[in-house]
Amino acid sequence: MKRVPVVVVLAALLAACGAPEPDDDAPRSPRLPVPVEVAFDDEGRPVPDVLAEEQVLYRGNGEEPQTLDPHLAEGVPTANILRDLFEGLATTAPDGRIVPGAAIHWDVSRDGLTYTFYLDPDAHWSNGEPVTAHDFVWSWRRVVDPETGAGYGRMLAPVVNAQQIFSGELSPDELGVSALSDTTFQVRLEDPTPYFLGLLTHPTTYPVYRAALEEHGSAHVRPGNLVSNGAYRLTDWQVRSRIELEMNPYFRDAGNVIIERVVFYPFEDENTEFNRFRAGDLHWTYQVPSGQFSWLKQNMDEALKISPWFGTYFFSFNLTREPFEDNLPLRQALNLAIDREIITERVTRFGEMPTFNLVPPGLPDYQPPAPEYADWTQSEREEEARRLYRQAGYSESQPLTVELRYNTSENHRKIAIAIAAMWRQVLGVQTRLINEEFRVFLQNRAQRRVTQAFRAGWIGDYMDAFTFLELYHSGHGRNDAGYNNPRFDRLLDRIASERIPARRRNLMVEAERMLLEDQVVLPVFIYMTRRLVDPRLQGWEENIMDYHLTRYMYLVKSQDEEDVQGGENEE
Amino acid sequence: MLKYSLRRLASAIPTLFLLITVAFFLIRIAPGGPFDGERALPAEIEANLAAKYHLDEPLVFQYARYLWQIARLDFGPSFHYRDWSVNELILQGAPVSFTLGILALAIALIAGVLIGAWAALRQNRPGDYAVMSFAMIGISIPNFVMAPLLILLFAITLGWLPAGGWDYSPTRMILPVVTLALPMIAYIARITRGSMIEVLHSSYIRTVRAKGMPEKEVILRHALKPALLPVISYLGPAAAAIMTGSVVVERIFTIPGIGTYFVQGALNRDYTLVMGVVILYGMLIILFNFLVDLLYAWLDPRIRYDDGEAEA
Amino acid sequence: MNESTRDAFDQALDTREIRGRSLYIDAWHRLLKNKAAVAGLVVLVVMVLLVIVGPMLSQWDHEIPDWDHSSTPPSLETGHLFGTDAIGRDLFVRTMIGGQISLLVGLLATLVSLIIGVSYGAVAGYLGGRVDNVMMRIVDAVYAMPFMFLVILLMVVFGRNIFLIFLAIGAINWLDMARIVRGQTLSLKNKDFVEAARACGATEAQIIRRHIVPNLLGVVIVYVTLTIPQVILVESFLSFLGLGVQEPLTSWGALVNEGTQELETAPWSLMFPAGFLAVTLFAFNFLGDGLRDALDPKDRL
Repeated sequence: MKRVPVVVVLAALLAACGAPEPDDDAPRSPRLPVPVEVAFDDEGRPVPDVLAEEQVLYRGNGEEPQTLDPHLAEGVPTANILRDLFEGLATTAPDGRIVPGAAIHWDVSRDGLTYTFYLDPDAHWSNGEPVTAHDFVWSWRRVVDPETGAGYGRMLAPVVNAQQIFSGELSPDELGVSALSDTTFQVRLEDPTPYFLGLLTHPTTYPVYRAALEEHGSAHVRPGNLVSNGAYRLTDWQVRSRIELEMNPYFRDAGNVIIERVVFYPFEDENTEFNRFRAGDLHWTYQVPSGQFSWLKQNMDEALKISPWFGTYFFSFNLTREPFEDNLPLRQALNLAIDREIITERVTRFGEMPTFNLVPPGLPDYQPPAPEYADWTQSEREEEARRLYRQAGYSESQPLTVELRYNTSENHRKIAIAIAAMWRQVLGVQTRLINEEFRVFLQNRAQRRVTQAFRAGWIGDYMDAFTFLELYHSGHGRNDAGYNNPRFDRLLDRIASERIPARRRNLMVEAERMLLEDQVVLPVFIYMTRRLVDPRLQGWEENIMDYHLTRYMYLVKSQDEEDVQGGENEE
Repeated sequence: MLKYSLRRLASAIPTLFLLITVAFFLIRIAPGGPFDGERALPAEIEANLAAKYHLDEPLVFQYARYLWQIARLDFGPSFHYRDWSVNELILQGAPVSFTLGILALAIALIAGVLIGAWAALRQNRPGDYAVMSFAMIGISIPNFVMAPLLILLFAITLGWLPAGGWDYSPTRMILPVVTLALPMIAYIARITRGSMIEVLHSSYIRTVRAKGMPEKEVILRHALKPALLPVISYLGPAAAAIMTGSVVVERIFTIPGIGTYFVQGALNRDYTLVMGVVILYGMLIILFNFLVDLLYAWLDPRIRYDDGEAEA
Repeated sequence: MNESTRDAFDQALDTREIRGRSLYIDAWHRLLKNKAAVAGLVVLVVMVLLVIVGPMLSQWDHEIPDWDHSSTPPSLETGHLFGTDAIGRDLFVRTMIGGQISLLVGLLATLVSLIIGVSYGAVAGYLGGRVDNVMMRIVDAVYAMPFMFLVILLMVVFGRNIFLIFLAIGAINWLDMARIVRGQTLSLKNKDFVEAARACGATEAQIIRRHIVPNLLGVVIVYVTLTIPQVILVESFLSFLGLGVQEPLTSWGALVNEGTQELETAPWSLMFPAGFLAVTLFAFNFLGDGLRDALDPKDRL
């Protein structure tokens, strides 16, 4: 009696792992729903006929948030939720443009040092109370207060006195912000900061509700306690299971919000999320398993969304130790020996863009300066690499032995292996790969005692090249290369205080060129965001900051209405 | 009996204390701290955070503070999940892990004993090899391979079961429970088989058989009970382990149990959280081992604890 | 019943030869009767030879990718018998290298735990009394600590030298061994031959070394064959967490973990390493069970 099912299960298991026929006509996963054609009304809103009955968005969202307190929060997954819950003075349009948020408009003084924000009179907290300038004053003071421990407090560094408040020299009350009236909020800056408006979309600059915080303390972000001013409010939070939001009826633009509920699911494993999407449980994934590109192209092309991100994947050198200290030719040789096309086409395989620059392209007012070898063929680069390698004092018989460090991740592993193999094939370098657990890796990188070459990477925090360049200021906490160039530091200081956009841009180009010439980093490719999106989910657009607010999205009916009823997995 | 229980309880306290002490200092040896991230924190903020969580004090003070805290059953705030206390996280996750664990345990016990006993009666014959091979699947294929295979087959290809997630609905439990139960089936089957063979060879069973009792009755009434004793002693620690969750199953099926905290807590340097689950595990081990001894006494009349002389 | 008569006969044989040196020869004969165990033994011998010789026979290196053939299925044409991994490295060679590491790691950790466990258990059991009590209390405390927590901490603290790690795993995996050996020793130490040795003036250390330890051999052999596969599984679990062996070296666990990432797109990258791993674990387990049946210490004592 027991034997039959056993045999069946075994056979089925074998079949499952033994016979994957991608070309097989039989559908191997639920067919993706085909959305109906969307029509829009005069105001650009989708007409009600095309909208699906149930406007509930199921969104996969990376790891569980450490906190939903916008001032303490870090990490992309948390920011995704906070952008739905809260709203800063400014916010972003679907395409990533900065548009008015809680402030309906603003004035900038001629010297670029004073910003006056006029709050939208319709802006309300989720309990119906109006959002006032005092809320912003109080919230921003909280951010810079060292007692708060805001990880991203640095975001407010351009504001008058912020630095001194961080270091405890001044009290938070001295921050250069004031409420001119209930609806007028003024900010004074130390230096003109062209990217200042961009900072206002970051969770650190969001207002928090003072009364809730004072009443509930650190529990103020629990469902029932959390008062937010965004398009949604928190209704349920099961740790490591789900976070559920519902439309905030008091939101200033609530009339235009279509999705009624959003459920964010945390995932620790990208394959798990992928399976859930295939099973029809999700409309939107946070990422896509790295090995699945060809399968997805073949089976789920309509759902696969890939677009450039504001981030660069690179390696860096410890400039304070052997063998890279004072050895520019060696660093150059290692840089030139890497065939970036092979890495993006054979290893990462998601259409990443090979790059020789630190700052990613796509900024409206900044063109990263391409080094001359960017136009060479790979064999020319390798030729030059070998010459520089010899010049640095190494050869076949006296090869360089180097340690390449990376933190635990499937992708980092593959890329590091490929790079080690290229160094060996082109130059004869002996590379020792060292994979470290994340925190050990971070600590080693920061201490600069044991590192040689190591993986790095950066996703810009705000839309400006400065977010990349400032990393290599000699005093920056993440300058793990130990780059210490007074000329570069001076350049950064000048960029910070420069008021004329064109001149500022030229200074930034000069700074990036300096970093590249000194070969502080070894850029490999531009990050891509990659996710699966149910074709019925519309109203969002790709943008390089990868900000996607649920309030712009809507679900449309599928052509096969039955499919909607049966395929959706309601929990 | 009561005297014995109290004595066992008393002896658990130094064990637990030793466990807490070792775990507390071990986790602090690991390099890096709970507040390290890609974005380096300004020194002042780091100092403030450390002060807030008393991480700036000498380790011995922190240890004393911690002991005092857990004496009041307060495991402190989580360093990683900053909106939650460790008590809350464990109270949310433990019922999930307990549910899955108990179900898996029950299934494994039934299947394992059946397979093991059945195999023992056919020692070294094809039937023995066949069922034992099946049982061994669970310890020959790592569960992180088994789980995706099960998902691919039952959730994606056949579409019979959900691919993961958690809401206490039976269908969502099937695949995780099966994944958890498979290795246990193997261990239990093997232990049962071994002890069953031994019991069947014993003079006691030979005597019973010689009296002409039907084979079925010999097995069910006389052989099975003593053969189960080693299974019972295996179950103590196994139950504690399976009820505290599995990081593999939780990650692959997105289940919010507490198994992940043993690993992620250590990797995130979430000192309080990892201590919380370690202590929970320790207490369960001690509790279950105690229960096992009681069960032993009940199953095996030769063992008595009344005289205070424990022999296992 | 035929079966019980035969078993009774076996039993009779046991009793007759219980004292002879032929004890192990007898066990060997019994083992040979167990086809699954014999098959397991043969498989293991073949496996060990294969993973050692395999890489030498291949034209590929386990480190250098074949850039033109990344993630290609097994094929005679390309020369990649087991296909290639996502970067283009030959999976046959990597499976063999992975086998070397997995087996070595299993053996190493088991040996360490064996040495610690046997000596600890033998000492505790032999000395008995208060010392035994304290020693077993320590075992209890370590036992109450989740194994994985300890392993992960060790991984983090020791960095990533795989052999160090497995020395460490062995060093915390000795608890079962210590308990078994202690129990055995407790019952052995009052046997006649130990009494006799003591009467002849042998020191305690001599008695432990000469009389107790050799008599534990049966338990130890069984323990070793059953612990090696467990350690191999622990290693694979660490690979799942990304804490396993350093590239470019690999292990079956690491390969299997990579394989599950591409379960559908590149099934060969799971099938071959998983097949080798499963067959080896099967073999060890069947051999271990067979040995236990054959050597059952309770029958002998």
